[in-house]
Amino acid sequence: MDLNDRNPALKIDFLWYPECPSHPQAREMLKGVLRELDVEAEITEHVVETQAEADALAFPGSPTIRIEGADIDSDGAGSRPALTCRTYRWKDGRFQPLPERSLLVSAFHKATEARV
Amino acid sequence: MAAISLRSIAPAFDLPGTDGATHSLDGLASSKALVVVFTCNHCPYAKAWEDRILDIGRDYKERDVSVVAINSNNAVEYPEDSFDAMKERATAKNYPIPYLYDESQAVARAYGAERTPEVFLFDADRNLRYHGLVDDDQDDSKVKNQYLRDAIEAVLDGKDPAETQTAAVGCTIKWK
Repeated sequence: MDLNDRNPALKIDFLWYPECPSHPQAREMLKGVLRELDVEAEITEHVVETQAEADALAFPGSPTIRIEGADIDSDGAGSRPALTCRTYRWKDGRFQPLPERSLLVSAFHKATEARV
Repeated sequence: MAAISLRSIAPAFDLPGTDGATHSLDGLASSKALVVVFTCNHCPYAKAWEDRILDIGRDYKERDVSVVAINSNNAVEYPEDSFDAMKERATAKNYPIPYLYDESQAVARAYGAERTPEVFLFDADRNLRYHGLVDDDQDDSKVKNQYLRDAIEAVLDGKDPAETQTAAVGCTIKWK
């Protein structure tokens, strides 16, 4: 199925904290997955620099990626808002500062399936 | 804040450990090399490198290299980094190295540490010989350069490490 069939561009929110160094790699991964899946998307970047902004955006750490409002990693989405790097637990049990690529791909498939 | 420069003498510390003991620079004076790692519980970079740091502590213990981990984060804002949480983590992971709590953050400031994890390697005279990364990738499956291990080997051989400075990658230390 063409992920763009009958649908407008997916809305993606990309939230990041400047003091955490993971956002360039995360942005590159996001754009790479969009190219790979040939998905039309509208990316809105949110730079989170204060605790008040973290609270207002329910920002659990950097990077946070939401597709059509849904966090790509529901496990960590509800963590206390904080100005820090976000921990992602990979399938093999390791903790990493970036989401696993397969998690991002899966999130895109869920988002597009939900719209069909 | 700049880190201490190469060949600087290690700043003193005297900090409580998760093992219930107090650990000081003077107390570690006899070992052939000393690794001080600023780290913490909550940061994913610290978590990603944690096992490799603990392995270095185990691997070099019998070669008389001391490794200590220090958490200087503001535990009020980051409760995962509290002393109690440190004790739980050290127990759960069976830390083979002292895990010290720098509540006042004075030790991190004295070293000029900025990230977690961030490594300082001192020789037997406690002169700084290497500063920065443990290795070149937080993803252990992609590591090509074992900066800290290579620097320890060089110091134990009485040589200059091939790499003396790398830019630490990790979370910023959470200041009060």
